[in-house]
Amino acid sequence: MPATETTQKDPVIVVLQLTGGNDYLNTVIPYNNPLYRDNRKAVGIPDNQIMHLDAQYGIPHYMAPLKQFWDDGQLAILHGVGWKESPRSHFRAMDIWHTCEPVKVGTEGWLGRVAREFDPKKENVVTTVSFGPSLPRSLVVQGVPVACVAGPLERYGFLPTIQGQQRKQVLDRFAAMYKPAIGSATVMDYMADTGIDSLKGEDILKVAPQKYSSTVQYPNTPIARKLKGIAQVHTADLGSRIFYCDHSTFDTHAGQNPGHGNLWTAVTEGIDAFMKDLREHNHADNVILLMFSEFGRRVRDNGSGTDHGAGGVAFVLGEKVKGGHYGEMPSLKPEHLVQGDMNPNMDFRSVYSTILDKWLKLNPAPIVNGTFEQPAFLN
Amino acid sequence: MAYQDDIALMSHLMRRAGFGAGRDEIEARVAKGYEATVEELLHPETQPAADPYTLLRYQPASLLPGGQPPMGNVNWMYYLVNTKRPLEEKMALFWHHVFATGNSKVDNYDQLLEQINLFREQGMGNYRDLLLTVAKNPTMIFWLDNQQNHGNAVNENWGRELLELFSLGAGNYTENDVRECSRAFTGWTFETKIPRAPYGRFPWKFEYRPEDHDDGEKEFLGHKGNFNGEDIIDIVVQQPACGRFICRHLYNFFVADEPQVPAWPLESPRDQKAIDTLVGAFRDAKFDMRPVLRVLFNSDFFKNARYQHMKSPAEVVVGTLRLVGGHELPFPGYGELSMNTAYMGQDLLNPPSVEGWHTGKEWINSGSLMARVNFVAEKVGDPSLPGVRAIINRLKARGSLSPDQLVDGCLDLLGPVEVGSDTKQELASQAKEWGQISWDSDSNAQLADQRTSEMLQLIVATREYQFA
Repeated sequence: MPATETTQKDPVIVVLQLTGGNDYLNTVIPYNNPLYRDNRKAVGIPDNQIMHLDAQYGIPHYMAPLKQFWDDGQLAILHGVGWKESPRSHFRAMDIWHTCEPVKVGTEGWLGRVAREFDPKKENVVTTVSFGPSLPRSLVVQGVPVACVAGPLERYGFLPTIQGQQRKQVLDRFAAMYKPAIGSATVMDYMADTGIDSLKGEDILKVAPQKYSSTVQYPNTPIARKLKGIAQVHTADLGSRIFYCDHSTFDTHAGQNPGHGNLWTAVTEGIDAFMKDLREHNHADNVILLMFSEFGRRVRDNGSGTDHGAGGVAFVLGEKVKGGHYGEMPSLKPEHLVQGDMNPNMDFRSVYSTILDKWLKLNPAPIVNGTFEQPAFLN
Repeated sequence: MAYQDDIALMSHLMRRAGFGAGRDEIEARVAKGYEATVEELLHPETQPAADPYTLLRYQPASLLPGGQPPMGNVNWMYYLVNTKRPLEEKMALFWHHVFATGNSKVDNYDQLLEQINLFREQGMGNYRDLLLTVAKNPTMIFWLDNQQNHGNAVNENWGRELLELFSLGAGNYTENDVRECSRAFTGWTFETKIPRAPYGRFPWKFEYRPEDHDDGEKEFLGHKGNFNGEDIIDIVVQQPACGRFICRHLYNFFVADEPQVPAWPLESPRDQKAIDTLVGAFRDAKFDMRPVLRVLFNSDFFKNARYQHMKSPAEVVVGTLRLVGGHELPFPGYGELSMNTAYMGQDLLNPPSVEGWHTGKEWINSGSLMARVNFVAEKVGDPSLPGVRAIINRLKARGSLSPDQLVDGCLDLLGPVEVGSDTKQELASQAKEWGQISWDSDSNAQLADQRTSEMLQLIVATREYQFA
């Protein structure tokens, strides 16, 4: 079965979800602001461990690989992202990022909607590839396939112990049993779609590790392995447009030092290898990487870490990104905080809208359920 | 047909209250009777415990597994597969879903297994007492940072999750209540841990530090007083929201799939009457779990909920291993075996966050569906396994089988499994291609074994088989 032919240069989005609530204030540090030191007596990053981005902000030394992207103008920092009256609950907040529904319970993921726009007739079941065992809700839309690579890419497929001529017969029977029946219950239809799409996806994806070769050494961390899988699929030109992975847990209530550092070391070293790999294959210029978390953390630390907060930071990285600061860090003055947290001043749907409109060339409003101002980090 | 109904109903009870059972066991339990079986399940102490020394003889590292998987998973998998107290083990899993505590932060399977053991011992006892046990559990304290919750620097992690996830559910308290609740638990910590070098891990122990406790006046859920943690728990369990929340969890776990927990403040239960019944029992029993479970398993709403529950990865893996047999001894390779629930999206003892796992339909995605099908098919496709051999022998005893008899026989002995007419037709078409099978000669027997195992593999690959 032929994969849909798409040009190599269709825009691709890679999402790296930072699960757990990444601490904004220790990620992009207002090192000259006395309120930073006042509020971070326990977990504040020492001055000599902050790499200055400019006269106002710096990043902790453990995010060093990102400095090069910043200097090359390829890193956009989105300040104060969140939304009004955001909950401090992991699942609920992450669901809202995934579904753009702050009030009701959303059932459609924004990237699922994107996939539906890209491929309404389901001609390419590997349009979206997710690395990790659980399917993020951001990718979920009824009828839209997602290739969910739970383990190593090389081992992806149904009933691997049945091989040879018999395999085709059995898989054909499997396909026949998974035919959705009109009017059958929702869950059964969902499974039918999932099963058939997985069969097709298996045929397509098995090519990727076979074709891949690279001089780049990835670190031996779970996030780097996922990024490598993404690189293998992307450079195999299978028509995949949306990639998703996550790293956790950023929920640093305690032991933020060295916990936060360990997390970001793994993420940034992984990203560094990933981008080098894409460049080596001349496949970097049509990719952007979005990093976000479900919320930032409390301004005042709790003696060893930080509790759930509100306004956070997002990053968009890539050759075509217009690097720089977008938006403004919310005020740290006590009278400006909401329940002790930074007041979000950039709606997260604004970030999505820029990506949708300027990069993926889609109308953002129906995907993010509204019209939002677009920070100009992409042309 | 009445006997067949009894078999089907007992099979349903064992899938839900335990991890399923083979036909021999089902028949024995039917002979004992449904209510009597429920009573046996509710009284695990009447059955022998699994032998810990067998586990340790093969996997000594699973005694104190420390930080790295899979030894913690090995330990629990052994008990899940071997237990003669299925409901005790299922309740431990239930509470693990609710009081979700994960190794990614705890970094200590010794402590997590101790927690599971507490759930075994107290899981069917009094909920209020269990909540207090959990509040004093050093593993939980560490997981939710309550050792960082000081009178002069309040940490709200435990206070929040106690209300949001462990008792009332979101929307039934205010941010002020979270704060006051957290204040009440200041000083609830653990003894200074003995350093790991040079003798390894030592058990963690609860400690209350009165000097670290904020003993000021607090206002919590409309009550005022100098509350300590135990007072908070007493107030919380009296809230109607608490009964509703816990009973909805019971319904979701044992009866039929509800929407995900974050949706509960916004979406009503699918069977409000069933929840009300359970809540009534919960309240009448003064929060004892056993009477509530008795009501649940004997209710019509439970008996009529066959195949309304998407199996969790634990149920897929453990159910399969118990059915096919041959995995009672924790042989080399048990580590990899025990990690299979993780590949299906449920890393036991390591939920992704304190909110636990998304259940029901959300267990299924193209990755996990593949993992589930492949795991079960590989096992039931192996006639050397005693449980598979037992199925084959029962079919063999019927003489030679027509294609329809092969399909019906396999569906029956794997469950009985209920499949839709389209699925049934596909299975029948496949069997027709093979024709009559019989065990009347060596070569025919070999082919019959093979065809039977292929039919079993096809059945466990169906969508219907993903349900319990």
